Amino acid sequence: MTIHVLLFASYADAFGSRRLNVSVPTPCRVDDLVAAMRGLPGGHVLPTKPLVAVNHAWVPGDVSITATDEVAVIPPVAGG
Amino acid sequence: MVVEPIDVASLIARVSDASVGAISTFLGTVRHVNDGRDVAGIEYHAYQPMAERELSLIAEETCTASPGLQLAIAHRVGTLGIGEVSVAIAASHARRAPALAATTYVIEALKRRVPIWKCEHYIDGSRAWVDPTSSAAPRMPV
Repeated sequence: MTIHVLLFASYADAFGSRRLNVSVPTPCRVDDLVAAMRGLPGGHVLPTKPLVAVNHAWVPGDVSITATDEVAVIPPVAGG
Repeated sequence: MVVEPIDVASLIARVSDASVGAISTFLGTVRHVNDGRDVAGIEYHAYQPMAERELSLIAEETCTASPGLQLAIAHRVGTLGIGEVSVAIAASHARRAPALAATTYVIEALKRRVPIWKCEHYIDGSRAWVDPTSSAAPRMPV
């Protein structure tokens, strides 16, 4: 299936886009998505366990995701 | 989340009433030097819907921990110059201890959990995304 990933800041710069469609097997966990992204052009910026949010909430790597989820892979936050 | 300059006086007015005995405020401002580099300005970006949700959660946790607390938070996005206010927190309570504790809790939680990023513009024309973790591995901010 295809996961539609939102990217921001340094990650968006590295991948050259704020949106990325990533092909992954079904079922798919967050960790599987990240592994797939690390193999794409620009993926070298991702650590093995980046911050990930699904539907606006922080999630750990073992959470399952589907094509209808809003998934964001998030660089280290720097607000304030 | 706002794009226009933060109205700090209005933020304070929102948490002010006759029951209040203490108002604590925190303002984050853009400073001219960071890590030895001369900063010309900062561009703030946010994953807006999640940032607003996470700020609401932080506010809810803070108020639940201190019954009677009133809280107002504003974070600005867009380009800010030196000295401008990027974030403002106003907390009020009948007593000073909960008000003081609240502003500290909110800013520390915001810095760990809210999806906002800043791109520093330097006076030499270069720019860079700020990474507060530097070489440390990120951990899930729950």
